[in-house]
Amino acid sequence: MAEYREPLIPMLGVVTAIRTDTPDVKTFTVTGLDGKKPFVHIPGQCAMLSIPGVGEALFSITSSPTKEDALEFSIKKCGCVTDWLHAMEPGQQITIRGPYGSGFPVDTDFRGKDLVFVAGGIGLAPLHSVINYVRANRANYGKVDIVYGSRSMQDLVDFDEILNEWSKEEGITVHLTIDREQPEWKGHVGFVPNYVKELGFDTSRTVVMCGPPIMIKFTLAGLMELGFDKSNIYTTLEMKMKCALGKCGRCNIGTKYICKDGPVFRLDQLDELPDEY
Amino acid sequence: MKKLPITELDSFLKSLNMPVYLPSDDPSGQAKFTRWAEGVQLTQQLNTVRSAKDLFFPQMENLVDFKVQDQKIEIIEHRNVSENFVIFGVRACDAAAFEILDRVFLSDPVDGYYKERRDHALIVTMACSAPEETCFCTAFGIDAADPKGDVTAWKTEDSFFFRANTGKGEKLIAGLADGDESAVQAQQAQTREILSKLPNGKLDLTGFDGAHMMEKFNDSRWKELSEACLGCGTCTFVCPTCQCYDVREFNTGDTIQRFRCWDSCMYSDFTKMSAGQPRPTQLERFRQRFMHKLVYFPDNNDGVYGCVGCGRCLQKCPIHMNIVKVAKTIGGEGNG
Repeated sequence: MAEYREPLIPMLGVVTAIRTDTPDVKTFTVTGLDGKKPFVHIPGQCAMLSIPGVGEALFSITSSPTKEDALEFSIKKCGCVTDWLHAMEPGQQITIRGPYGSGFPVDTDFRGKDLVFVAGGIGLAPLHSVINYVRANRANYGKVDIVYGSRSMQDLVDFDEILNEWSKEEGITVHLTIDREQPEWKGHVGFVPNYVKELGFDTSRTVVMCGPPIMIKFTLAGLMELGFDKSNIYTTLEMKMKCALGKCGRCNIGTKYICKDGPVFRLDQLDELPDEY
Repeated sequence: MKKLPITELDSFLKSLNMPVYLPSDDPSGQAKFTRWAEGVQLTQQLNTVRSAKDLFFPQMENLVDFKVQDQKIEIIEHRNVSENFVIFGVRACDAAAFEILDRVFLSDPVDGYYKERRDHALIVTMACSAPEETCFCTAFGIDAADPKGDVTAWKTEDSFFFRANTGKGEKLIAGLADGDESAVQAQQAQTREILSKLPNGKLDLTGFDGAHMMEKFNDSRWKELSEACLGCGTCTFVCPTCQCYDVREFNTGDTIQRFRCWDSCMYSDFTKMSAGQPRPTQLERFRQRFMHKLVYFPDNNDGVYGCVGCGRCLQKCPIHMNIVKVAKTIGGEGNG
């Protein structure tokens, strides 16, 4: 049995690589001090990262569990901790604890399904983990469509991987869109919700969504119009957290704690909870 | 049943040979749990201003230290190992609150800081003989005339009577002389008579359960109930079951101390994050506190409410708003 660890005491990790994805998103590769992956996770799960003296915050794990040597986190610069992360250099030690949360049902409900991933902006981060897990276990899943949009083409996270790997894989179709025209952009222009409606997917498919609340709201309305069942739509929620253990008391929506009962929810489950997120 | 003359309390507490905390009046006249030493008197007041939760879940405690140098971090664990200690004179409500805190801190993953103290504590409860108008423990099935704990104590005119409820408790009072139960029974009958007449003792909590979550959450009367709330958080700090906490850091100049301190769902920055604020006004924060105690907590914990009816919030709220008024406004019809 593993040695008992105080759940609030983190372990040390080291940021081995930092990739700049967009003007405000960087992807951080994190290992333990032994150079190995800190822990095993399920797609959709999160981890608490901290820089002592700056603070601790929860981030979704961007890499797939099938990545064996490290964890990756795509992080948008938007607050104290993330500002600090964006300013640091590779080789920096950080603290890490986790994994937290329920994750996506990749080995149960998603099995054998035709999947549609819908992501906006940094919302690709948690879906990235699922998408690469699906790619690594391709035989277990049906068709895959990925609809991904952001403000501009410079804001598309992981653009290289999307273009050079995802788009070229059999059975995977990538639909990219940006909010406003750009001279060098040859692809689709428009907001994600409208694009999803235009693409008009078969209602038997399982939809996995993550992005800004406004995108989720309108995409959902579109999916309802198309006739999708809420029990086939998954999303992830975000709330402020301090412990990630279901004890500090602030990330609940009704009876559910986002840190342990979520962050992944099916829309029919969310319908049973108060509208407070 | 064991008996001890009141005049011999000091020598009994001294003989226990371990730290004892008991409710005692401070110079301003407020009762609070105080480390006993000769001369520290047991209060005559019914209850302490702050609850006994401090002894297991202190208002502030260090979790871990870090040393940060260039790109390197050192983690310094400094957890103090508790010695056995006695909490003497815990009222039935506060003792019941420990079981509620246990459900939070001792559920998986176990909070080691809390557990360490809990494991080393011996709880001597004190039966109430003069419940006050603000008490409503009976609404939660708590018997103030016969509280739980390792040892239950009753205080009469001239004596304490003790009954051990656990093996640990038995050892604690083994040296005392035997006493006659009749004095205790007479006091219990009298106390229960008072309890049966408490103005809020029969609070009707019908409908406060998970099945009615949406109905209660969407009740339009939260607005009028919360309108005068100042968001001061006093109710949460005096509450024996409130356990929300913040984790913060302090730079000592030598290390970064990561500490835990009480927090309050009544505060605006409790849920504020860079991505937004899910509880933007006092209405949402106020509703969260009472929904948590009366609906969310019982739904997640076998029907056990997150309130023990100690009445502290009734006494301390500066605008006289409290859980009883909330329950009466949006609760069962039995509240009249």
